[in-house]
Amino acid sequence: MYTIKGNTSDWELVIGLEVHCQIISKAKVFSGASAEFGAEQNTHVSLVDAAFPGMLPVLNEECIRQSVKTGLGLNAKINKYSRFDRKNYFYADLPQGYQISQLYYPIVGEGFIEVHTSEGDRRIGVERLHLEQDAGKSIHDMHPSKSFIDLNRSGVGLMEIVSKPDMRSPEEAGEYLRQLRAIVRALGTCDGNMDEGSMRCDVNVSVRKVGKTILRDREVKNVNSVRFVMQAIEIEANRQVEVYENGGTVRQETRLFDPNNGETRPMRSKENAHDYRYFPDPDLLPVILTDEYIEQIRASLPELPEAKKKRYVAELGLTDYDAHVLTLDVETSRYFEEAIIGQDAKKVANWVMGDLFGYLNKNGLTVSNSPVSAKNLGALVGLIADGTISGKIAKEVFEIMAETGKEPAVIVEEKGLKQESDTGAIEKLIEEILSANQDKVAEIKAGKDKLKGWFVGQIMKASGGKVNPALANQLLDKKLAE
Amino acid sequence: MAFNEETVANVANLARLNLTDEQKQKFAGEVDGILNWVEQLQEVNVDGIEPLISVTEQTEAIRADVVTDGNIQADLMKNAPESAHGFYVVPKMVE
Amino acid sequence: MTDLINLHISEAADLLAKKEISSVELTQAHLSEMEKGCVLNAFITETPERAMADAEASDKRRANGESFGALDGIPIANKDLYCTKDVRTTAASKILSKFVPTYESTVTQNLKDAGTVMLGKVNTDQFAMGGSTRTSYFGESKNPWTDANGEYTLTPGGSSGGSAAAVAAGLCMGATGSDTGGSIRQPASFCGITGIKPTYGRCSRWGIVAFASSLDQAGPMARSVKDCAIMLETMAGYDKKDSTSVNTPVPNYVSALTGDIRGKKIGIPKEYRMDGMNEDVAKVWDKGIQLLKDAGAEIVDISMPHTKYALPVYYIIACAEASSNLSRYDGVRYTTRVEGATLDDMYKNTRTDGFGDEVIRRILLGTFVLSAGFYDAYYTRAQRVRRLIAEDFKKAFETVDAILAPAAPTPALSFADMANMDPVSTYLGDVFTTPSSLAGVPSLALPVGMSSGGLPIGLQIIGKHFDENTVFQVADVMEKSAGFNLMPHRVKG
Repeated sequence: MYTIKGNTSDWELVIGLEVHCQIISKAKVFSGASAEFGAEQNTHVSLVDAAFPGMLPVLNEECIRQSVKTGLGLNAKINKYSRFDRKNYFYADLPQGYQISQLYYPIVGEGFIEVHTSEGDRRIGVERLHLEQDAGKSIHDMHPSKSFIDLNRSGVGLMEIVSKPDMRSPEEAGEYLRQLRAIVRALGTCDGNMDEGSMRCDVNVSVRKVGKTILRDREVKNVNSVRFVMQAIEIEANRQVEVYENGGTVRQETRLFDPNNGETRPMRSKENAHDYRYFPDPDLLPVILTDEYIEQIRASLPELPEAKKKRYVAELGLTDYDAHVLTLDVETSRYFEEAIIGQDAKKVANWVMGDLFGYLNKNGLTVSNSPVSAKNLGALVGLIADGTISGKIAKEVFEIMAETGKEPAVIVEEKGLKQESDTGAIEKLIEEILSANQDKVAEIKAGKDKLKGWFVGQIMKASGGKVNPALANQLLDKKLAE
Repeated sequence: MAFNEETVANVANLARLNLTDEQKQKFAGEVDGILNWVEQLQEVNVDGIEPLISVTEQTEAIRADVVTDGNIQADLMKNAPESAHGFYVVPKMVE
Repeated sequence: MTDLINLHISEAADLLAKKEISSVELTQAHLSEMEKGCVLNAFITETPERAMADAEASDKRRANGESFGALDGIPIANKDLYCTKDVRTTAASKILSKFVPTYESTVTQNLKDAGTVMLGKVNTDQFAMGGSTRTSYFGESKNPWTDANGEYTLTPGGSSGGSAAAVAAGLCMGATGSDTGGSIRQPASFCGITGIKPTYGRCSRWGIVAFASSLDQAGPMARSVKDCAIMLETMAGYDKKDSTSVNTPVPNYVSALTGDIRGKKIGIPKEYRMDGMNEDVAKVWDKGIQLLKDAGAEIVDISMPHTKYALPVYYIIACAEASSNLSRYDGVRYTTRVEGATLDDMYKNTRTDGFGDEVIRRILLGTFVLSAGFYDAYYTRAQRVRRLIAEDFKKAFETVDAILAPAAPTPALSFADMANMDPVSTYLGDVFTTPSSLAGVPSLALPVGMSSGGLPIGLQIIGKHFDENTVFQVADVMEKSAGFNLMPHRVKG
């Protein structure tokens, strides 16, 4: 169990996460403007998004479908009746002066996510998923005394996924977030890109003496990577323990995590107690889903990471660890599954997790923009399996594949790396080596079997690695027996 | 409950209004009067009555996921009290 | 020569069709009447050039045999709550006093597409909050009906007071209004004209500055039931840009005016006959009952027990929604701005400067009733009582086809009297109109009689959801039998 040691007691953590996932859709949730990221300022904006007088929201069906899909992926209850509420507050990037959200009747209810940590497998509860609209962006560095407002993001559909306060360690929180990201990416409901902010995380952390009741909940806003979430939890939990140990009290407040200084600090804009005055949005009517609609979405769900992982273990014979790593990201599993067509899955897995990941990490790439295609990696494993090249040569071929993107067979051909399998030529080579080392032959014949390995090495060396080692062994035995 | 000047001040802050003491006094009295009048609703038995949110008995009209709007930056800026390079401009926000 | 400014829309449409008059002539007559009528302060923005261009285009269409129909070439005015492309739209407020929309509301677009001529934008209470036009940033409009001394000292009512004054004084042939808790029906009654608040959802709210979204509804105001039927037919219709607009076909309202209401059951709700009721109003109501009885309708006494709670329910719900709807007026994108050192200072300075007292009062009330700790006691309770009120109507309409009630508790009040009233007393003016607003049912007000002081008094005919046809049918019969054809003294030119 993860605890923080204090002078008076051991402290336990209670962690909940609120994760905002930007929905993948063409248009915004309540307007027909594009939801695409990265356009010129205020171009993906309609009069609705800028909250002009008399403008009204109309719901995008795709955002409902994506929310239901995500809910099903979280093993959650889909609410056939849901509704929108207004959350009222003033901010320059919130043109309406309220955010359309779902407080009272969210579209998705309770569910769970399975996470795998060093302490074993655990089920983390999901409290709810609700659909809401994103705010715009304020840019503060363009002018000394002014902020600039870009509403391109205003009105993009968001799913807020609220966990139960079920996590007890930074590692668990990190795994929850990784698994959630894997699920939404597998479903195609959110691209999970924390750098671009399409997935954002607020962390609720509190500490309590082991076995005692909870003290105060604290929220750390907008932490934008899994690593930072884990750091923020650790730092904030330790800070709280220190305060309590010194007889202080922890205020219920919203803090901001500063990864540069490794500290959390109170957020100025949240200093005033907020009163969001939620009430049902009179511009929108209830959303009623039929069983048929939900079942149709359920039937169309892709295989999710957890199921995929189990299948990799059962059907492909991978280890739990390998299966977990290969299913954490939908792009990786897609790559893997393409690469194993007609090949030995375990061998492919070793190549993916070894040479491929090593190369990609070193070069800041991902499987989606890997110069070595899944098909080519599979082909490379195939060339080893059918004896065309040795494992050693394969490493060399892989390097060339990564640089040129060429097919492995082409590289083998061009560079003349094909493994020698003309027995006559090999036999001739062996004869030459044996005759040049008659003393060692005598030793072998006297019983010093170990020297055989030395001969194989000589054969490989002389052939430039192109001789199949098994074949070399076999022919060597034959020649020695003559 | 009395809607006093302190309540007015809190509510005015939530609604982003700047009231003078004189206005606070005036509005406190008036709104308090309205709230006293509204108190008569307490005599209605509403046990088991669902709140009526909309008189429209249809469900949300949904639209297809098609981009039909946007690219009206000039229109958006036309009435803006301050704008620059296609951005709305406001006093600097601090965080 | 025909007196062009006394014509009804239906009459003018015939003359236009027969080419006895042109839209240009009709428009010019109204533009010059507007000049004479400027003492009424009915218009916030006049658009004579646009009007002449519209009229010329209409005449050209007609000459080519391409007329759009009954409204083609008819000069009308739009309440300044409807966003109109390239024409300033203020909601009678300071904060929107410089706002020129780049878009046209669905309802005014429908009227434009029917070939109407827009004379300008008419006054209203600020953000439609009020029943007198006194809350307008552009000053109050005057009722063209004068006091005993022949002076313009009376309110036209509100919020659609500019619309009502302009229609009654012959400055336009018809006007758009909007009704949240009586804002079409009460001014229609005060000015002796006809106006209908259709079923909630009948007209699109897209492009109309929002006051209270669950109640706001567009409607026409004109000098006859038939004219309102003609206008509403064009204004109404499903709009996919408004989720609350209802997807049912708009019937032919004019064809509902059969003149025969024999056997129709008309409910008279006893709770509307309140203690200390204005005698003139009571008399006109009795007259209306008699007229319908004489026309062969069956009069049925009904009870709507929650009527008296409608007003407080209305003020809680309307103000709560308004407090949120008006948050967008923040000095960032299209309103006036009063600078401040911080963003919050700018918001506060802008909003305090840009909103009038009545708007501020309602924002304060609305913000309060939604705030933590009070939401259930005020807002949720009000919504529960709202359901009881709606059920009163549902129950009544199980036995009757329409309901007859007064439109306003008094004839037009003088500004001097109103100046001494506290907010609650002024809110009482909506006592007869808010129940049907809360229930979302259609309701039409038309002039039926006169007060002892010589002022018009209107009655309301309330129908079932989407049954504007019965409302028009009954109103048409009452209009003909009441024979109310008085116009206010023509404004002194």
